[in-house]
Amino acid sequence: MKAILTVHNLASELVTTIWTPVFVAIFLAIIVYAFWPRNKTAFDEAARLPLREE
Amino acid sequence: MSQPSTLKSMTIGESGLAALFAVTAFLCVIASAKALDAPFAFHAALSAVASLAAVFFIINRYFERPAALPPAEINGRPNYNMGPIKFSSFMAMFWGIAGFLVGLIIASQLAWPWLNFDLPWTSFGRLRPLHTSAVIFAFGGNVLIASSFYVVQKSCRVRLAGDLAPWFVVLGYNFFILVAGTGYLLGVTQSKEYAEPEWYADLWLTIVWVVYLLVFLATIIKRKEPHIFVANWFYLAFIVTIAVLHLGNNPALPVSVFGSKSYVAWGGIQDAMFQWWYGHNAVGFFLTAGFLAIMYYFIPKRAERPIYSYRLSIIHFWALIFLYIWAGPHHLHYTALPDWTQTLGMTFSIMLWMPSWGGMINGLMTLSGAWDKLRTDPVLRMLVVSVAFYGMSTFEGPMMSIKVVNSLSHYTDWTIGHVHSGALGWVGFVSFGALYCMVPWAWNRKGLYSLKLVNWHFWIATLGIVLYISAMWVSGILQGLMWRAYTSLGFLEYSFIETVEAMHPFYIIRAAGGALFLIGSLIMAYNLWMTVRVGEAEVQMPVALQPAE
Repeated sequence: MKAILTVHNLASELVTTIWTPVFVAIFLAIIVYAFWPRNKTAFDEAARLPLREE
Repeated sequence: MSQPSTLKSMTIGESGLAALFAVTAFLCVIASAKALDAPFAFHAALSAVASLAAVFFIINRYFERPAALPPAEINGRPNYNMGPIKFSSFMAMFWGIAGFLVGLIIASQLAWPWLNFDLPWTSFGRLRPLHTSAVIFAFGGNVLIASSFYVVQKSCRVRLAGDLAPWFVVLGYNFFILVAGTGYLLGVTQSKEYAEPEWYADLWLTIVWVVYLLVFLATIIKRKEPHIFVANWFYLAFIVTIAVLHLGNNPALPVSVFGSKSYVAWGGIQDAMFQWWYGHNAVGFFLTAGFLAIMYYFIPKRAERPIYSYRLSIIHFWALIFLYIWAGPHHLHYTALPDWTQTLGMTFSIMLWMPSWGGMINGLMTLSGAWDKLRTDPVLRMLVVSVAFYGMSTFEGPMMSIKVVNSLSHYTDWTIGHVHSGALGWVGFVSFGALYCMVPWAWNRKGLYSLKLVNWHFWIATLGIVLYISAMWVSGILQGLMWRAYTSLGFLEYSFIETVEAMHPFYIIRAAGGALFLIGSLIMAYNLWMTVRVGEAEVQMPVALQPAE
C-alpha cells in the first residue's frame, strides 16, 4: 500500500508540475499551425466547404 | 416470406440486436415483477414493451427491405441517410413545445403558487427538472443529433455509417428522455442538477452515447472529403466530452438492482466539485460546442458565404477545449470549496471571454458581403441574432463569475436571466434556424411553407426573450440588494418573505415572456408541418440522363 501511495504521489506531482507548460506548448503549436503561411490556401478552401457540396 | 430475388438473409447486426432486445425484454419483465418500488416497476415494464417493439421493428424492417442494403452511392453521388435525421428533427420540435410549455407552467407557479394543485406530480420540485431536461437534453439533444448526422454526411460527402446503428441512437436517446422525464414526475431523481436521471437510465444513456460516438467516428473515417470540416470537430468534442462528463459525475451504487434509488460514490465537497465540473461543462460542451458546430455549418450555408476566418475557427476550437473544462468552480463561490479552486474557476471563466468573442466575431463576420440578406431572409436573421445572444451571454457569464459580482448575483434571479438569455437567445434561436434550414433539405422541399410565419416567429420570440431576461435582471439585482441591506443598527433590513413579495410583478412579466416564446414555437411547428405536407418538392436533376464521366 505504501509503495502504491509513493508511486501515486510521484505521478501526481509530475503531472501537476508539467501539466501547465505542456498544455501551453501544445496550444502555442496550434496557433503556429493555424497561422503558418503555407496552410493559408488549404484553410481558405476549407472555409468554402459547406458551399461546395452537392 | 415473399419470393426473394437474390439470397436475402439477416445481417449480423439485425439478428444480434433482435436477439439482444428479446433477452432484454425478458429480463425487464423479471425486474418489473421483483421491483421494490412502483416507479421502478413502471420503468421496467416500459423497457420491456420498448424492447419488444424494437424486436418487432427490426424483424419487420428486414421483411420490408430489399435483399441488398441501401447503396453508399447512387450514380457516383452519396446516397445520404435522412431517415434518422427526420425522426430526430420531429422529436426536437415535439420536446421543444413540451419543454417550453412546462417552463411556462412552472413560471406561472412561481407567480401563482396554487397552480401546483397541491399534487406531488405537479409540484415545482418535480416539474422543474422536467422543464430543464426537456429543453436542454430532449429539444437541444435531438437538434444536435439530427444536425450532426446531417452535417457529418454532407461535409464528408459520404453516407452515414451503419444501418441500424443510427436508428438505435435516435430511438434509444428518445427512450432515455422518456424514462428520465416520467421518472421526475414520479419522484425518481438522484438530485444532481442536470444529472437527475437515476442509475438505470444513466447506464442506458451510456450505451446509446457510445453507439452515437461510433457512428459519428465511423462516418468521418470513411469520408470522401480529405479535410475534416471544423463543424465536425465541434460535434466530436461535444460527443466525447459529454461521454466523459456523464461517466465522471454519475458513479453511484444502487440500493438494489430492483429499485430506483442509488447513492453517489463520493459525498460532500468532492461531490459538489464533480457536480459543477459536470454542470458547467454541460453548458460548455452540450450548449456551446455542439451549437457552435451548427453555427459553423448553417450560417455559411444559408448566407452562401465562406467562413470569415478558418484560422480563427481553429483557434476558437482549441481555446474553448483548453479553457472550458476548468471553469466549473465558479458555481461554488463562497462555499466549502478551497479558495484557490474558486479563484481558478473564476480566472478561467474570465479567460473564456476571448475564445467566445472570437467565435462570435467569426460567425457574424461570415455575413460580410451578404448583410442585405438579413432583411429578406428571416431564417438567416434568426441564426445571426442567436450569435449576438451568444456574445451577450458569454460576456455576462464571465462577469458573473467574478467573486465580487457573484456575491450579489448568486442564488438570485439574475442567474436565471443569464441562463435564459443563453438558452432562449443562443441555443433556442440557433436550433430554430437549423431546423428551418434542415427540414426542407432533409425532406427534399424547395423551401419553407411560409417565410412570413418565420418572421412572425422571430419577432414574437424575440419580444418574449426581452421580457423574460429584463424582468429577471431587475428582479435578480433587486433581490440581491434586498438580501444584503442592513439598517443603521446592523440588522437585516428585509425579512426573506418581503424579498419574495417584491419578486411577484417580475414573475408575471417572466411568465408572459415565456408564453410568447411558446407561441412562437407553435407557429414554427405549424410552418414545418406544412412544409413537409404541402411543400413543393425540389426538382431533382435527372440523374440517369447525365453523361458518364
